[in-house]
This record gives sequence, C-alpha cells and structure tokens, in this order.
Amino acid sequence: MAYLLAAVGGAVGALARWGVSAALPVRDGGWPWATLLVNLTGCLLIGVLLGVLAGRSPEPAWTRPFLAVGVLGGYTTWSAFAVEVVALTDAGAVAAAAGYLLASVLGGVLAVAAGLRAARRGRP
Amino acid sequence: MTPLLVVVGALVGAPLRLLATRLAARSGHDPARGTLAVNVAGGAVLGVLLGLGGVPGWVLALVGTGFCGSLTTFSTLGADVVRLVEERTLGRAVGYLAATLVLGLGAAAAGWLLAGGAAATPAG
Repeated sequence: MAYLLAAVGGAVGALARWGVSAALPVRDGGWPWATLLVNLTGCLLIGVLLGVLAGRSPEPAWTRPFLAVGVLGGYTTWSAFAVEVVALTDAGAVAAAAGYLLASVLGGVLAVAAGLRAARRGRP
Repeated sequence: MTPLLVVVGALVGAPLRLLATRLAARSGHDPARGTLAVNVAGGAVLGVLLGLGGVPGWVLALVGTGFCGSLTTFSTLGADVVRLVEERTLGRAVGYLAATLVLGLGAAAAGWLLAGGAAATPAG
C-alpha cells in the first residue's frame, strides 16, 4: 500500500514540477529558477509537514508515504539540480554554478528548518 | 502527451526511492543511505541523458523529468540533514551532506562527460 501511495503522490508531485518548469523556462546557460523554486518550496513544505506530523500521535499511516515520499519527493529533484550544476560548470559559468549550488543546499536546509519551526510554533 | 509521460516515469521512480530507503533501514542503516543511493543513480542517468544531446523530447519527459526527477529528491535530503542535526549527530549530518554532494554531483558529472557533455540545457 505504501508503494502505491508513493507512486501516486510521486506522479502528482512530478506533474507540479513539470508545470513549474514549463512556466519558467531556462535560457541557455541561464540560472535554473524552476528547479531552485521547486526544491526550496518543497523543502519548506516537508518541514511544515514533519512538524505537523510530530504533533500527531499516532500519525495517519498514509501521510508519510503519500505526502512526504510521494508528493514532495516527486515535486523536488536532485537529478536536475546536479546536472544543472554540472552543465553550468562545463559551460564556464563557474560562479553561477557555485551560487546555484549554495542557494539550493543552504537554502534547502534552512527552508526545512523554517518549516519545522513554523509548524511547531503553530501547535497548541 | 508530455504530462502523461512525466506521470508514467514518476509512477516508477517514486516507489523505487521508497524501496531504497526501506532496504537501507532494513539492513540496519539510516534510511538516508537509500536516499543517497537513488540521488547518485538518478543524477548519473540524467547526466548521461542530457550529455548525449539530441535525445527525443518524449524520452526526456519520461526518463528525465518523470523517472529521474521522481527517483531523486531534494526535500528528503534537506529533511534528513535537519533531522541528523536535531539528533545531535552533527558529524553524520555533515558527512551525509558531503557524501551527497561529492558522489551525487560526481555521478552526474561522470554521466554527462561520458555521454559527450552535449551543449544541451538540462530539463529533467
């Protein structure tokens, strides 16, 4: 059952990611806004989700496989991020690659922490 | 047509990621090891795909955006780093992040370069 939930959630998340990338096309050698946007918002949302779930005992069994593994896992992506860093570097845009890497990794970790904190603060 | 291909790829990628984290946990490791494995693998596959250049759009949608995008994740990466920090295992958090960066970017770069490092814009 968990695998089915992850698959369906992953499809929903991937569709959303595709929608964002279609709305924010990257120019050749340009800054990959679409991937950065999905990864940062996805990190923020998983922080909120985990913060909310931590206050629920027991947590509904479907939430982790569907929302965390599926929707948010499918919405965010490492593969596009990694290849974008490589492609920027290969194209000689080393500063852009480094900035994009830092913004994604540091921003992602901070976004998770911010989401967690917001959800915990909102809890009675 | 493209959204359908993205969905089909995600229906395979997301549950495979769940399987990887469960296999890691079952063998007594942190589930983050499974996430590391899929991120390295997915980055390598997308690196090859985009490094080749001239790959048909439907393949990019199915295998790149759909499968690789959903096999890999950024939200779980961020959440695991924050969890390891909160568990006061800072060394593990740093080690996990460093391993993901070195192996994940390295695999994407290897795939990209081996495939010819085409002057293509990453789209997956």
